[in-house]
Amino acid sequence: MSNAVEISNVSMRFNMAKEKVDSIKEYLIKFFKRQLLFEEFMALSDINITVQKGEVFGLIGLNGCGKSTLLKIISGIYKPSTGTVKVNGTIAPLIELGAGFDMDLTARENIYLNGSVLGYSKQYIEEKFDEIVDFTELHQFIDVPMKNFSSGMVARVGFAIATITKPDILIVDEILAVGDFLFQEKCEKRINELMSGGTTVIIVSHSIDQIKRLCDRVAWIEKGKIKMIGAAEEVCDLYTSAK
Amino acid sequence: MKYFQTFLKYRYLLSNLIGRDIKVKYRRSVLGILWSVLNPLLMMVVISTVFSVLFKGGKFGETNIPFHVYYLTGATVYNFISEATSTSMMSVFTAAPLIKKVYIPKYIFPLEKCLFAFVNLLFSLIAVVIVLLASGIKFTFTMLLFPIPLLLALVFSIGLSMLLSALTVFFRDIVHIYGVFLTAWLYATPIIYPITLLEGNKKLMLIMHLNPMYYFVEFFRKVVIYNTLPNWQFTLVTVGVSLLMLVIGILVFRQKQDKFVLYM
Ligand SMILES: Nc1ncnc2c1ncn2[C@@H]1O[C@H](COP(=O)(O)OP(=O)(O)OP(=O)(O)O)[C@@H](O)[C@H]1O
Ligand SMILES: [Mg+2]
Repeated sequence: MSNAVEISNVSMRFNMAKEKVDSIKEYLIKFFKRQLLFEEFMALSDINITVQKGEVFGLIGLNGCGKSTLLKIISGIYKPSTGTVKVNGTIAPLIELGAGFDMDLTARENIYLNGSVLGYSKQYIEEKFDEIVDFTELHQFIDVPMKNFSSGMVARVGFAIATITKPDILIVDEILAVGDFLFQEKCEKRINELMSGGTTVIIVSHSIDQIKRLCDRVAWIEKGKIKMIGAAEEVCDLYTSAK
Repeated sequence: MKYFQTFLKYRYLLSNLIGRDIKVKYRRSVLGILWSVLNPLLMMVVISTVFSVLFKGGKFGETNIPFHVYYLTGATVYNFISEATSTSMMSVFTAAPLIKKVYIPKYIFPLEKCLFAFVNLLFSLIAVVIVLLASGIKFTFTMLLFPIPLLLALVFSIGLSMLLSALTVFFRDIVHIYGVFLTAWLYATPIIYPITLLEGNKKLMLIMHLNPMYYFVEFFRKVVIYNTLPNWQFTLVTVGVSLLMLVIGILVFRQKQDKFVLYM
């Protein structure tokens, strides 16, 4: 069995310039005074993870430990400062749902817009349009501008568009917490469906129950470093008991 | 090959973004199209009134071309390059929320603004046609070559826009500097004065020939109002300048694009 994702020696360094240097004048002044030292911040250091095909892999850790950053690196949104990520197959990232939604437009228009942002073709969106709307259960709101939607309704539309493809690798960042409990169940069912089709899943969640229920293996990240990788039960139990 | 596939994958996004810009500009106001025709015409009236006083209504260019025709043809090309590059400049930076959320090839943003400016250019060509007809300029088959200089100007604009939009992420204030530069560029190009004004001065002529804008403006005038074909040297330089700018833009953009998210 080959690997779906290979993360080797990945580090991510962010600039945390206390005062942002974004003009040429400031840049020159700082340059000549030799003050151009960015406060560097290592969001991730030396991460090595291999995710096998068909595996459901979880990432856990406290707020700000670097989980979302790692998912964005895997999805190609960020380039790691050092190290490499090898991905075999297509990715559907459910990281920030509804990217590019224009709230002045109707749900119908936004489905096309957000679909195109995700790289879908017009023809593909047309084919899947009814399926997307069915999943949101928002038929009567489809031609209403989205500024009149509740945040849960917006999330439904975002989730429905993002999960309409059958990707090889699904990346999920805490989005299962959106919507009411009925919709949460529906989302989890959808993800289960995708998983049963042999899709590899990498999932971040603060719900340890959910991680235990869904994942085969889990990595526990602490302050940008891997604290532990192993079977879901084992890692989760240590994580919850380490207070 | 891989790049081409990515481009194909995101071409619907590209057309969607252009469509949205067009909708905002033209559909929301009924006067949208009318304005993009009237605006250059009114500008032409103002400038030609001023300059016909200054130059005593002289003829312009290589043949007996009235000043307002000379001005409008030059200004149309200049306005396109100016609009394309200055709107592109901020495009990557303003797309920061999107770029930080999903993977999108980032060159889509300057490319989209250039193509949208090109659509606007097509509308402003209506003004050119009206003025040509009203000024009694006879139709010639050479005129049909007008897309060539415009497409070359598009290639040049895409290159320059990629360069500028990448730099703007790191230095926000070049937006202001470029604004001033554009004004200087207008006066450095024979748009509101005849090129013959410079002909005695070797130094100024040399500078003129180093000015890329000059080639697009003159190429357009040659085929549209002078009824002449540019010679092969002129053509070669124009094509060369466009491609060179495109290559520089692509190289700088590619080298910088991975760092964008760190500065947004
Ligand atoms: N674009 C950025 N520029 C600077 N710092 C950033 C950037 N993105 C993330 N960080 C920093 O990197 C660290 C990790 O952030 P990340 O979003 O990956 O955390 P997380 O593990 O997903 O947290 P949470 O559980 O709250 O979602 C944080 O300290 C954050 O401040
Ligand atoms: Mg997060």
